[in-house]
Amino acid sequence: MQVNEYKPLIVAFCCNWCSYAGADLAGNNRLNYPADVKIIRVPCSCRVNPMFVLRAFQRGADGVIICGCHPGDCHYTSGNYYTRRRMAALFSMLDYLGIEKERTRVEWVSAAEGAKFAATMNDFVETVTALGENKRLEDLRCKK
Amino acid sequence: MQKITREQLIDKASKLLSNGTVSCVLGWKLGDFDYDVTPAVFNTVEELNEGFVFNDFCGANFSKYLVAKTGKVDGKILVFLKPCDTYSFNQLLTEHRFDREKVYAVGIPCEGMADIAKVKAICGEGVLAIGTDGEKMTVATLYSDEPALIDAKDVLAERCENCKSKKHVAYDELLGEEGDVIESNRFDEVAKLEAMSADERFAFWQNELSRCIRCNACRDACPACTCEKCVFDNPTSGVENKSPANSFEEKLFHIIRAYHVAGRCTDCGECSRVCPQNIPLHLLNRKFIKDMNEFYGEYQAGAEVGMRAPLVDYTTEDLEPGEVFDRRDTDA
Repeated sequence: MQVNEYKPLIVAFCCNWCSYAGADLAGNNRLNYPADVKIIRVPCSCRVNPMFVLRAFQRGADGVIICGCHPGDCHYTSGNYYTRRRMAALFSMLDYLGIEKERTRVEWVSAAEGAKFAATMNDFVETVTALGENKRLEDLRCKK
Repeated sequence: MQKITREQLIDKASKLLSNGTVSCVLGWKLGDFDYDVTPAVFNTVEELNEGFVFNDFCGANFSKYLVAKTGKVDGKILVFLKPCDTYSFNQLLTEHRFDREKVYAVGIPCEGMADIAKVKAICGEGVLAIGTDGEKMTVATLYSDEPALIDAKDVLAERCENCKSKKHVAYDELLGEEGDVIESNRFDEVAKLEAMSADERFAFWQNELSRCIRCNACRDACPACTCEKCVFDNPTSGVENKSPANSFEEKLFHIIRAYHVAGRCTDCGECSRVCPQNIPLHLLNRKFIKDMNEFYGEYQAGAEVGMRAPLVDYTTEDLEPGEVFDRRDTDA
């Protein structure tokens, strides 16, 4: 086994009501997804201030994924609709600055979709691993 | 060359001051040179006659000054607003940032303001005096005996070349004639950047944004940036200071700055005007405006009071963040 194999650092913001439960279900069903994914539980996907995403990149994340309830299923009725607009604007801006668009993603995962959660994470980690380290958005002032 | 003169403005302001309609005047005062005009408050007619100026460098957008000023004075404030300033004025009213009752807004026509960087590019450094001669501008410099005669059109600021509107959307009184919203090509530069590859875009922004000295002038001048506590003043963020000169970490500052005004930016162009490093910051703001126009329908911040900005609104049919890229890739 190769020792210095590159392992990306992935931050996943998961909404408490759907995606976090989805991740739980993935675990209960013994579905594998890489340990490189660090899950941060948030009350709703719209709790994710776009600055959180930038902050994660600043401090060395290689990819950031935001998971929430499917549109229409938000526990707070409309939170994920706001997420959708905010992240569309943010991702488009990152792309405009020449940041690899594959590093950011929004995925809707319900509490019943453990398999989708695992598949999404596997796919995302694979994509980010192929891209390599995040050099374009890191901030050396913030890295410990 | 402006159609309205300094004398006309002083005359209007003096009348309003003397009859007690307003208690002070927000106007422009001459700095050390003809081109570094600064915003100032005038309390008396004498002060007006002495210090008030109006020329091709009076670009400052006064809307933001009302936020701090309206709370401090008794009576009304007279403010002169160019067409683009009136959009910021409306946007701030929408956000309840100042009391409309305490402001007497006079709309003034604008023929486009000059950019001193462009003047210097043509005439060289050491500009001593700038005068007007019909459609021409006379520029006296330290290093030439004769003042240079240049076309005012050649030194128009970028934001004025791509002026979006000559129409005043808010005023109590209008000097001169009402203009119209103009078809502008302001998104052409953005489209040009979008058509580049990601690597080219990255190189472009690296070149532009690594010049940033983090003076925060763009934030301080922006009429949309009126938070009393700003996220960039947080000493624990680790990014309140300038990053090393040879790195490109100021991009995060600029993404956040542009994002914080997204949907509320009226594209007045103050950020680019005040930037001492001449970074085309308006290209970031315009990207957001262009995106939101394309994704959620045409929207001009500040066109009316009380409009809902795209980012505080939604429909159930909005496009997915991932589709943003698919959409562009299929267009190309």
